[in-house]
Amino acid sequence: MSDTPILTIRNLHGKVADEDIEILHGVDLEIGRGEIHAIMGPNGSGKSTLAKTLSGHPGYEATDGEVIFEGEDLLEQEPDERSQSGLFLAFQYPVEIPGVSIANFLRTALQARLDEDEELDLFDFQDQLLSRMELLDMDPTFAERAVNDGFSGGEKKRNEILQMAMLQPKLALMDETDSGLDIDALQVVAHGVNALAKENPEMSFLIITHYQRLLNYIRPDHVHVMVGGRIVRSGGPEVAEELEASGYESFKPAAAG
Amino acid sequence: MPQNEMIQDLGLDEYKYHFITEDEPVFRSGRGLNEKVVREISAQKEEPEWMLEFRLKALEIYNAKPMPTWGGDLSNLEKVLDEIYYYVRPQDKMEHSWDDVPANIKETFERLGIPEAEQKILAGVGAQYESEMVYHSLKKEWEDKGVIFDSIEDGLKNHPELFREYFGTVIPSADNKFSAMNSAVWSGGSFVYIPKGVELDTPLQAYFRVNQEQMGQFERTLIIADEGSRAHYIEGCTAPVYSTESFHSGVIEIVVKPGAHFRYTTIQNWSNNMYNLVTQRALVHEGATMEWLDGNLGSKLTMKYPSCYLVGEGAHGSILSIAYSGDGQHQDTGGKVIHAAPNTSSQIVSKSISKGTGRSTYRGLCQVYEGSVNSKSNVECDALLINDTSRTDTYPYIEIEEKKSTIGHEATVSKVGDEQLFYLMSRGMSEEEAMALIVRGFIEPIAKLLPLEYAVELNRLIELEMEGSVG
Repeated sequence: MSDTPILTIRNLHGKVADEDIEILHGVDLEIGRGEIHAIMGPNGSGKSTLAKTLSGHPGYEATDGEVIFEGEDLLEQEPDERSQSGLFLAFQYPVEIPGVSIANFLRTALQARLDEDEELDLFDFQDQLLSRMELLDMDPTFAERAVNDGFSGGEKKRNEILQMAMLQPKLALMDETDSGLDIDALQVVAHGVNALAKENPEMSFLIITHYQRLLNYIRPDHVHVMVGGRIVRSGGPEVAEELEASGYESFKPAAAG
Repeated sequence: MPQNEMIQDLGLDEYKYHFITEDEPVFRSGRGLNEKVVREISAQKEEPEWMLEFRLKALEIYNAKPMPTWGGDLSNLEKVLDEIYYYVRPQDKMEHSWDDVPANIKETFERLGIPEAEQKILAGVGAQYESEMVYHSLKKEWEDKGVIFDSIEDGLKNHPELFREYFGTVIPSADNKFSAMNSAVWSGGSFVYIPKGVELDTPLQAYFRVNQEQMGQFERTLIIADEGSRAHYIEGCTAPVYSTESFHSGVIEIVVKPGAHFRYTTIQNWSNNMYNLVTQRALVHEGATMEWLDGNLGSKLTMKYPSCYLVGEGAHGSILSIAYSGDGQHQDTGGKVIHAAPNTSSQIVSKSISKGTGRSTYRGLCQVYEGSVNSKSNVECDALLINDTSRTDTYPYIEIEEKKSTIGHEATVSKVGDEQLFYLMSRGMSEEEAMALIVRGFIEPIAKLLPLEYAVELNRLIELEMEGSVG
């Protein structure tokens, strides 16, 4: 099993559900188990559309191509099914849920993974929550706050990382998780990813980012450049360095051509 | 012939109004409301002359007052009022059979996980035995402290002077058409007296008041919290109350004497054929605090605005409410605060949820009389809409005669957003689980003030209600 890829994207085309303009023009990508991939690209290149299409956001629609996740057709599944089969999306803009504590939220999410007649063991849950928060250097009182309600940008991203650590996905999509973060918050995110990757060598990541700076802290195995709704270049970490030096300009003709 | 007409022709819809029992009830008034019915009720209860007069006068007032037109739709109500029975002696109600309770009500009980004995009480077909022991030990404790916790009928019989001193003083019969109706035909409810300085840790639960009659259709409750006392009264239940009647009109009067602290919690979930028109008001004296905690679920139309009349300096009133309207239901609720003394303060927090074609209305009054200097009031009403077909309206009335006062009003309407749902679903929750979690979060600021068992039941009920809310 371990040599079959966790995710295979073939010729994926996609658009915003209410509009006719295609944004993804045939994306091909394969992610192996335990691999860390980064997709870099300028604004409007389709990076976030790719993340939302993969996770099943109702505002986005795949119009052609296929996505195989864990041997199943991902595009046929509802967002909750995708989550339950091991996909996780760390949001670019996490949503506020007033009145619902992070602990309660996580408990509900974990309970949803169990069979109907099975009850989550609350003591195990509490132990797990505390140990995950310790791993991520978080104050235990953080879990008592309402989900993202009045959080700073950095706190919202920490919350995403905590959820990822609790739900233990097989593949985590990180949609510009680094945008708008100061260096301290960036390091928290990077620390979380690195800690989880180290703990579970089978876990895969797809890190979507505009900037190279997150990749100073997380070392990707593969870097892809996305421009104009396609992946125009794939390579090792050196691609990120190349981008840092010359910017996206040099990739644009390839997209046009 | 359409099925509903056929059922009517056959008289099979009788259960809407009363259970069909083989034995004739010992006593039941005729249909409709008139002087004879009122006299019969008073005679059955062996009441003193003054109470009969009180009732008859109230009937006159009721007949003279027009049907209110400012609130929910009462256009079909007159027909209902002509057909219902205004008095059925409580022991007769017990003769109904469990088999007569509709299957959907039984199913809801099952799904809420309510024990069978309790189910029967809720359905009005059994008496409460299990909690009798608990009740008796509490009762002893209360009696030792001089607390009176009786049925309203026993209150009148056993404490006539105290009763007469306060009865009808907080809510006069002429207050509104339905307080007049209740004053004419009231039956059932509680009589509570907390002596000076007595503090009760355990809430007085109407639920425990066994071997008394159940809460009637025209329940009447009178509570006096004497100086410096502190207590909490709870009535109702989140499980649906199956009633054979389609009309409920209660009157709740509370006197909170200087320095006392009283909280009245009620959660009611009426079957959805019910008109629920309730008047509840507290007279709050110097330095006293009154808190209404009110949950309204179910019914066809509820009109209910708990009120605090702040008549003593430094009095405080707080009205916290949750309303839930499902398909075809209208919750017209809110609160009233009257500031009639200096340095009084009040707070209204109202949260409503509308699902399907449900409609929630916030209707509130904040009035500050001249001379009520340094009074403060804050009103917050938040509405949550589940579907595009759900509706909410807000009618905040503010009348300020005193310039040296501070009034705040804040209203929000939110709709369960696609982004919120997607966020929760992307964590593995189904759409319904996600919806229920959002709703629970929305009411959390009020739900957390409820006793634990009520909060748990409320949460389960919301989960049940959210089933089928999507798609």
